[in-house]
Amino acid sequence: MSTSTLLLQRIFDGVSTGAVYATVAVAMVLIFKATTLINFAQGELAMIGAFFAYVFAVQALQLPMVLAIIFAMALSALLGMGIERALLRSFDPDDHLPVVLITLGVFYIVNALAGQIWNYQPRIMPSLFPNNFDDKWTIGGANLFYDAVGITLSLLLMLSVIYVILNKTKMGLAFRAVSSNSESSRLVGIRVGRVLSFGWALACAFGTLGAILVAPRITLQPQMMAFVLVYALAAAAFGGLDSVLGAAIGGLAVGLINSVGLGFLTDIDAFKDFRATPLIPPLLLLLGTLWFRPSGLFGTKRVERV
Amino acid sequence: MTTPTLRVSNLEASYGQIDVLRGLNFEVGEGEVVVVLGANGSGKTTTLRSICNMPIVDSSGTIEVDGVDVSNADTGSIVARGLAHVPQGRGTFPELSTYDNLMIGAYVRKDRKAIEEDITRWFDMFPVLKERRNQTAGSLSGGEQQMLAVSRALMSRPKLLLLDEPSLGLAPIIIENLFDTFSRLNSEEGVTMLIVEQNANLALNIADRGYVLEAGEIALAGDAEKLKNDPAVQEAYLGA
Repeated sequence: MSTSTLLLQRIFDGVSTGAVYATVAVAMVLIFKATTLINFAQGELAMIGAFFAYVFAVQALQLPMVLAIIFAMALSALLGMGIERALLRSFDPDDHLPVVLITLGVFYIVNALAGQIWNYQPRIMPSLFPNNFDDKWTIGGANLFYDAVGITLSLLLMLSVIYVILNKTKMGLAFRAVSSNSESSRLVGIRVGRVLSFGWALACAFGTLGAILVAPRITLQPQMMAFVLVYALAAAAFGGLDSVLGAAIGGLAVGLINSVGLGFLTDIDAFKDFRATPLIPPLLLLLGTLWFRPSGLFGTKRVERV
Repeated sequence: MTTPTLRVSNLEASYGQIDVLRGLNFEVGEGEVVVVLGANGSGKTTTLRSICNMPIVDSSGTIEVDGVDVSNADTGSIVARGLAHVPQGRGTFPELSTYDNLMIGAYVRKDRKAIEEDITRWFDMFPVLKERRNQTAGSLSGGEQQMLAVSRALMSRPKLLLLDEPSLGLAPIIIENLFDTFSRLNSEEGVTMLIVEQNANLALNIADRGYVLEAGEIALAGDAEKLKNDPAVQEAYLGA
């Protein structure tokens, strides 16, 4: 394979895996915007959402994949609302430590529950898009698989839906208001708790979509999101923790860094051992962002007027 | 006697161990402008926060709006009863546009068309806000933000407007304009107001009545004219 073909191939791969990181990163950003906290359970909640889809499509009902996905997203939304209502509502949102510890607790509980119910054997997840070996276009010698295009388009669709919800609906306006100033939101009559519930619902539904899209490639099992969570966290921080668009771009950047950057680096003999440590680039990106530009590429720098 | 728009009885409030209000009794009649004066730490802001049942405050006593007891209602329901509160430090939504700030002020209303009309109305009253329609509130100057905060509060078409130190941090000329506006809002639109202020002179000029708060208790009460001429008020707040 020539270098230019290899570059093109790695860009295709990077964009489509990046789109998956982007979906989970966007979910994290939605919760961060509402609550200014990082939901460490986001990946696990997405994983269990993918299992919901698996139950609907394979284990129990044999529904068509599209329906299974919609039901799984709806169920995940309910789960997210339930977690917000039952575990988080009674805590002072400005006291971050207990709330973050709760999300870590949810992480372990969800992971263990999924392991109990479905065990840790990898399962084959049906794909929404044709994903046989020859379901592809060949462009400049590189393979562009249908499902890679499908995953990327799904990300774009999801971003458009989020844009419309946040900017064209009353609930979206309330969501932006709460994320900007929760005290004044109360003063205009917004039920802040309900808005937070809505944020969790939205985040869990879209996180689930991300896990469902990636599951056919990495197989479905309770640990599937362990790496994805790190990539998504790096992506969200890089793009700016309170910017939906930033998270999407961050996700694509992380995908490309790993596929193109790490790919070519490890082609060099001296660096080939780094193939075994794919988490190093996103973690370096995370550290670099926090060090040089803590609010990320598109995040809001809070400026207080006195 | 008609029912006052706001009646506060035996209001006590504390932050943890610290008592801030020790049994306040006062009322604001329909169409009145009432000012609460007091030094830093006398409990002015706490009074307003308790009326709206805002968090952090631990309060007891009775708050009645138009004769209805709202002491145990949540902030949202109190707002829905026709109160609007402009908190200290302006309380705008810095990341939202000027227009969205006004829209969110009308959150409890459903009459979409009248909401648009009201936005036009406040844009006419504060033309600078119209110019800044699509700018984020955080990028406005202090005076513009205060105008926005007041218009935002008026978007709910309140019966009673609570203003917490509207003059704080503003240039004198802007403060004068702002108080002119309050006066006009009261005479032309019939908005009842409870204003907490340290700028006693301006506040008493537009007020009908006033209360002076000292260490969580009402030390003086009376007509604005009478308070202005009271030697104690003059010494403490008017710099005479």
